[in-house]
Amino acid sequence: MWRDARLVAGKDLRVEWRSRVALNQIVPFAIVVLLLFAFALDPDRGFLRRAAPGLYWVAVLLSALVVIQRSFAAETVDGGRDGLRVIGLDPAAIFLGKALAASAVLLLLEVVLAAGVMLLYGADFGSAFILVVVTCLLATAGVVAPGMIYGALASGVRVRETLLPLLFLPAVAPVMIGATRSFEAAINHSPAEGWRWCGLLGVFAVAYTALGLAVFEPLLEDS
Amino acid sequence: MPRVVRSAGRTVTSCPISVDPVIHLRGVVSVLGRFPALAGADLDVARGEIVLLIGPNGAGKTSLLRVCAGLMPVASGRVVVLGHELPDERRALRRRVGWLGHANGLYDDLTVVENVRFWARAAGAPMADVEAALNRLEIQPRLWNVEAGRLSAGQRRRAAVSAMVVRRPELWLLDEPHAGLDAQARDDFDELVREAVAGGATAVLASHEIERGGALATRTVQVSGGVVVADGLGSSPSSAGHEHPPAVDQPPAQERVQDNHERVQDNVEGLHGVA
Amino acid sequence: MTTALSTPENRTAVPAHTGSRFSRVLGAVVALGLGLVAVLGLLISPADEVQGDAARIMYVHVPSAIVAYLAFGVTALGSALYLWRRSDFWDATAAASAEIGVVFTSLTLVTGMLWGKPTWGTYWEWDPRLTTTALLLILFLGYLAVRGIAAERKVRARRSAIAGLVAFVDVPLVHYSVDWWRSLHQKATITRLSPTISGIMLFTLMSGIFVFIGLYLWLLIHRFRVQYLEDELAEGGLAEAIAERRREAGVAV
Repeated sequence: MWRDARLVAGKDLRVEWRSRVALNQIVPFAIVVLLLFAFALDPDRGFLRRAAPGLYWVAVLLSALVVIQRSFAAETVDGGRDGLRVIGLDPAAIFLGKALAASAVLLLLEVVLAAGVMLLYGADFGSAFILVVVTCLLATAGVVAPGMIYGALASGVRVRETLLPLLFLPAVAPVMIGATRSFEAAINHSPAEGWRWCGLLGVFAVAYTALGLAVFEPLLEDS
Repeated sequence: MPRVVRSAGRTVTSCPISVDPVIHLRGVVSVLGRFPALAGADLDVARGEIVLLIGPNGAGKTSLLRVCAGLMPVASGRVVVLGHELPDERRALRRRVGWLGHANGLYDDLTVVENVRFWARAAGAPMADVEAALNRLEIQPRLWNVEAGRLSAGQRRRAAVSAMVVRRPELWLLDEPHAGLDAQARDDFDELVREAVAGGATAVLASHEIERGGALATRTVQVSGGVVVADGLGSSPSSAGHEHPPAVDQPPAQERVQDNHERVQDNVEGLHGVA
Repeated sequence: MTTALSTPENRTAVPAHTGSRFSRVLGAVVALGLGLVAVLGLLISPADEVQGDAARIMYVHVPSAIVAYLAFGVTALGSALYLWRRSDFWDATAAASAEIGVVFTSLTLVTGMLWGKPTWGTYWEWDPRLTTTALLLILFLGYLAVRGIAAERKVRARRSAIAGLVAFVDVPLVHYSVDWWRSLHQKATITRLSPTISGIMLFTLMSGIFVFIGLYLWLLIHRFRVQYLEDELAEGGLAEAIAERRREAGVAV
């Protein structure tokens, strides 16, 4: 199963690398979201700096939506989802492989967004660097797992562009809350609090990954 | 996989023909939304046969193929393919079946080689087979590193076929395989199917090309209204409304599976769709 | 594996309405109960010392909230049992409960906001329970959106069941994270229920809860029956469609 997951992940990443959609389109989209927040919150009054953790994660969630949609859209360009089914791979492996590839892309986006937030909003992540990194890793897992579930569910459907946000965003609200609080804890030099939120993020990620592995097969079949 | 042996220009199979039917469908009802694409279809296909499905548009040919591939859920009826009872044993079946649908199943952003390699790795086929398959489909090496999205329709079709071939499937399910191929490529394709069948595979294809399909096939099955309406040997469908294709020389494979046909005919029930 | 379709012969006769002896009795009891609670809540029970008459909203708000979460639980249970047993009964139950759940969740939110204005001064205070309830509403609506996707009955049932279960896993996580988050900023959760609620107020509240649960059950029975009948009708329609298709082929039906 790991071999198959690596195969699928490699394929997804290769498609991404070849088409450069993440680089050419999703990164600019994420930057635009940061700019929109600045337009909304008037940069001169310190709101942006204080709100930076939350705004960062909102930008990440919106970018994640696009990454997930892209991950499944790439499967339907020529041949519908028949290809993934006919190929005879273990659906759990497909889930894992696609999740790993999407996580890699999302982590890259998070790094870019972090740079953006530091440069544009003047945010400073403090000295708890490890906390920040662990938060990002766990939050990414917690975002990609339900994303793959709902992405598969929505991908065969005509209303997929609107159904996916409706299903995905409320489901990842805990990640939003937890990751933001963790970042705030890092900035406010109280990392203990942040680590507790990381615990929540970890539970969320584990729960949804287990769920995804269990239900991906029927989701893949019903299209 | 059994190897194809050539002697004196004729292909000779080197594996025994099994008695169990490769495909066994009974009273299959399959639904697309609210519409019954298949309304009680019966079909038996033995190993080594090349079965041609003909019928008007919307008759259910594609649905029949998809049910055999395990791609379409069945509302009622029995489906056994390659000894696997569907839908429970779908996944075990998938690896043994080669599917060529209307679409190509290629990733546009990946090169031809990468696409075929992906399919090969998923089936556990060695990398040498990838080059062999590409060469067999006469895809020139200069195209191997071109992204699939940039190829012409015919080249993409051939790439899709090589992705199927590299897995060495035991059952070939082909939906309009000749579409998009030029005359030479079609001849090549027919030869490819004959080779595979001689090597122990079985093929079922749906085609509007009655002449070419009839020449290739060992048996023609007519599908209409979601059921099998005529299941004959050779080339003449019995129902009215279809031209009788001209008499063609049967390929050598015909003689080889003649005894199978008799056995199949005895086994097939419900030729006229008993409810 | 051979499965049988329902044919016109083996289906039970389609009833003209979804009432039955049990549901009529239940309906009558619930109607009486609602009347009783209204009288108790509006007239007989005393006004709260602190909040005055505004506190009477709790007689609607709290039972609604309980029913909203109950409905969600039933939807999740129905989803799980469908996946386990593949029986259409549980699929229809999950669907019916979700629709009713939307109604009660919305009612909870509206009454919560109406209660908020006089007690908090604003319509919304990011109270953890109300915030979780708002997310619950969206989760419900997402489930119904998945149910709305046109598909064959079994496919739709399986897909919705998965969506229901996945949403269900989310709820405790949402509740926990919202609760923890808001507790950082509020010394103690603002409870608007007076801790010394007792006597007639407690009685009214408990009656209200029982009556609302009864109302939920009554609605559930009817909605379930409508759903079940619709699905059976569609299936019967399928048998006819199959016959039609075979006729088109010129084959014995």
